[in-house]
Amino acid sequence: MIPLVLRVNGREHRIEVEARVTLLDALRDVLHLTGTKKGCDRGECGACTVHVDGERINSCLALAVMQEGREVTTVEGVGTVGAPHPVQAAFVARDALQCGYCTPGQVMSAIACVREGHTGSDDEIREWMSGNLCRCAAYEQIVAAVRDAAEAHRA
Amino acid sequence: MTGARPRVDGPAKVTGAARYAAEWRAADLRHAALVTSPVPAATITAVDTSAAERVPGVVAVFTHHNAPRLRPPVGAPYGGRLPLQDNRVHYEGEPVAVVVAERLEQAREAVGLVRLDYAPLSAETDFRAVADTAVPTPPARWGPADTTVGDLAAGIAEADVVLRAEYSTAARHHSPIETSATQAEWRDGVLTLRDATQGVFNVHAVVSSALDLPADRVRVLAEYTGGGFGSKGYVWPHQVIAAMLARELGGALRLVLTRAQSFTSHGYQPPTRQRLVLAATAEGRFTAIRHDSLSPTSTYGEYVEMTANGSRVAYACPAITTTHRVAPVATVLPTPMRAPHEGPGMFALEVAVDEVACELGIDPLELRLRNHAEVDPTSGKPFSTKGLLACYAEGARRFGWADRPRATGSLREGDQLIGWGMATAVMATMRFPAAARARLHADGRVVVEAGCQEIGTGTYTIMPQLAAEVLGCPPEQVVLRLGDTALPRTGMTAGSSTTLSVGSAVTAAAEALAARLALLATGDPTAAVRLDGIELTVKNGAVEVFRLDELFARLGVDSVAAGGSWEPRENQRSMHTFGAVFAEVAVDVDLPVPRVRRLVAVYSAGRIVNPLTARGQMTGGLVWGIGQALLEKSTTDHRLGRFVDKNLAGYRLPVNADVPDLDVAFVEEYDPHASGIGARGIGELGSVGVAPAIANAVHHATGKRVRSLPIALEDLL
Repeated sequence: MIPLVLRVNGREHRIEVEARVTLLDALRDVLHLTGTKKGCDRGECGACTVHVDGERINSCLALAVMQEGREVTTVEGVGTVGAPHPVQAAFVARDALQCGYCTPGQVMSAIACVREGHTGSDDEIREWMSGNLCRCAAYEQIVAAVRDAAEAHRA
Repeated sequence: MTGARPRVDGPAKVTGAARYAAEWRAADLRHAALVTSPVPAATITAVDTSAAERVPGVVAVFTHHNAPRLRPPVGAPYGGRLPLQDNRVHYEGEPVAVVVAERLEQAREAVGLVRLDYAPLSAETDFRAVADTAVPTPPARWGPADTTVGDLAAGIAEADVVLRAEYSTAARHHSPIETSATQAEWRDGVLTLRDATQGVFNVHAVVSSALDLPADRVRVLAEYTGGGFGSKGYVWPHQVIAAMLARELGGALRLVLTRAQSFTSHGYQPPTRQRLVLAATAEGRFTAIRHDSLSPTSTYGEYVEMTANGSRVAYACPAITTTHRVAPVATVLPTPMRAPHEGPGMFALEVAVDEVACELGIDPLELRLRNHAEVDPTSGKPFSTKGLLACYAEGARRFGWADRPRATGSLREGDQLIGWGMATAVMATMRFPAAARARLHADGRVVVEAGCQEIGTGTYTIMPQLAAEVLGCPPEQVVLRLGDTALPRTGMTAGSSTTLSVGSAVTAAAEALAARLALLATGDPTAAVRLDGIELTVKNGAVEVFRLDELFARLGVDSVAAGGSWEPRENQRSMHTFGAVFAEVAVDVDLPVPRVRRLVAVYSAGRIVNPLTARGQMTGGLVWGIGQALLEKSTTDHRLGRFVDKNLAGYRLPVNADVPDLDVAFVEEYDPHASGIGARGIGELGSVGVAPAIANAVHHATGKRVRSLPIALEDLL
């Protein structure tokens, strides 16, 4: 077991994990931050998307022990039911979710997508949101939510 | 009341607050992981779990040698064999051992150290290779295997054009983003399951009977289910395993399937081989339809993909014959997948119709209009409601179908061949008995309870809308509790049946609550009531306004509740949903990858309760149709007897960049026969008719007729 300081959503967590534990499993099983979802555990679906130092990554492909000294942001860190992030509010308004299981990953990707400026057109949004699978296929609505959030971000 | 309403569970889902099956904390939680068979048929000849047991943190390893004994499950569809009961393997991916450890990593490590020796048995996984062993299927739960009306030979004899063609569709996997998971807790003789399911009552029936537990000692909960699409409808071995081992070990245990295991653990849409005979006169009147379907089932159980169901009702025709045969193969049991039956079946029929239209030189839409069925041509019954003609007209108008040139290859933009195609969608309406309860509290809150599931279709949002409509209150005043076997019983959330079935029960419960309130307030249960906050207005000749807190205090109660139920009764009508789907595709002349540029779809599905969530069902269904048409295929290596692409990279799901402009509309409709609320089902309808519309558009673009799905680049070279 390796002692580790994980900084998540602005809070420091002192934990002990094995070297083989992924950031995703550390978030879900050790810190009980289950908003970050496991869909494939091998970087194919995007449900586990979090931000590390502001960049979106698949947390299932990152080891927890390698995140020391970095700032991890999960879906729980960007907004709450009472005070949602503008992207989260846009997802609800545009009905950009159905079963909701891919949604936290979509939201984290969307926040990064807006910040990265990959929102010049619907086609550009579609391309830069294609790392996140939605089997319910709320894709059209996700594009609309990202477009709304990008416009609000620019304004 | 009803109308476009953002989903009430949206905020919980977008913030990560919504909790799914494998996300509940327990101080004594252990992790289970499955060892699955790498071969499709075998006898297990030796077992060595010693190395696995030595892994730190491993609590126990179970195989058929030491697993608790189980009883055959009853009361709900079960898609597997009883796990760990004998030394036989019937399909690749069948659970053969289970490791339980304190932490997930330990369980996973130990899985790799369990050693099993297999004596392989001969096994066939290719249903076409065993087509000659196919048997007439006994009456399936979705209707008779075979039907015939009229004189097929006479219909063929009088035709001017007779199309005989073979169509095929690929094996596909549901692939919800939440893999199936069960968290089981055994405490004080009571088993509680948190399960990723489309039907808590199904899980309850199978688990309680397999474990021989009294019904009141088992409770199944599912507040949110991360997609199912059919894969979480039947009950499967992993749920029984989690329950069995929780009881064996005590405390809490979590079993989450890996993505690879999700390809062999809960069914798949079977591939189909469909043979069509479609005969028509020169004027474009159908004189004979024959649809023969072959699909695989497993060697240990039966599932019939009823692909010819749509052909029984789609068109007016004096002679219609349909047959279904299944051939047993060494795979997990196939199971319904959005959309079952008509999903693969309407591909064959609707491409055949397009082929006959081309042969006759009649516009494909016009040919369908000439054969429009006013009554169900197989049963002779009238349809409960059918707005298909309006779908055709509105769809054609939105798409601009009238401008379609007849000749193939005649629409071209630079290097892009453009094609326009269309198809009819037909889907049988499934209905289940349902019960619900509605309780009004003194503070004005209305709590509606029904044991159905929220799998993404908007149930949390829609049911309060229906109850609020009856009570006259804003929907925000009503909350729904669901996903719990302690709540009133409903069918599973599958078959596009929940809104119409549970919605009818919720409406009945709200009506019963209104009558009870009227009775308590004025002595007359027929008085009209209207709820607004804590004010109850009762109109009984005079209008009286009551404050709930005062009224309830006077009556000496905290709350007032009433139950309601609904069950499908009417069988004098043929019940189906309908749609018209129009597709535009582009195919590059040098690298002919077909791409969908736009889809227009108009549906006849009865009353639409919430247009916002309903639109999501239909746009989602259209994207499923794109996946079926162009992407999704589970390939089997028949030498090894296993699916080769058990991941989300090899099994291609549609991504955001695959999605074109989608234009969806509903015909204004109220179906007084299908349900208590005017609705029929929509969840699966959206994925029907899309693949044939795309295939017909590909033909229009390229002149190439593709009769197998998915359409691949090599089909168009």
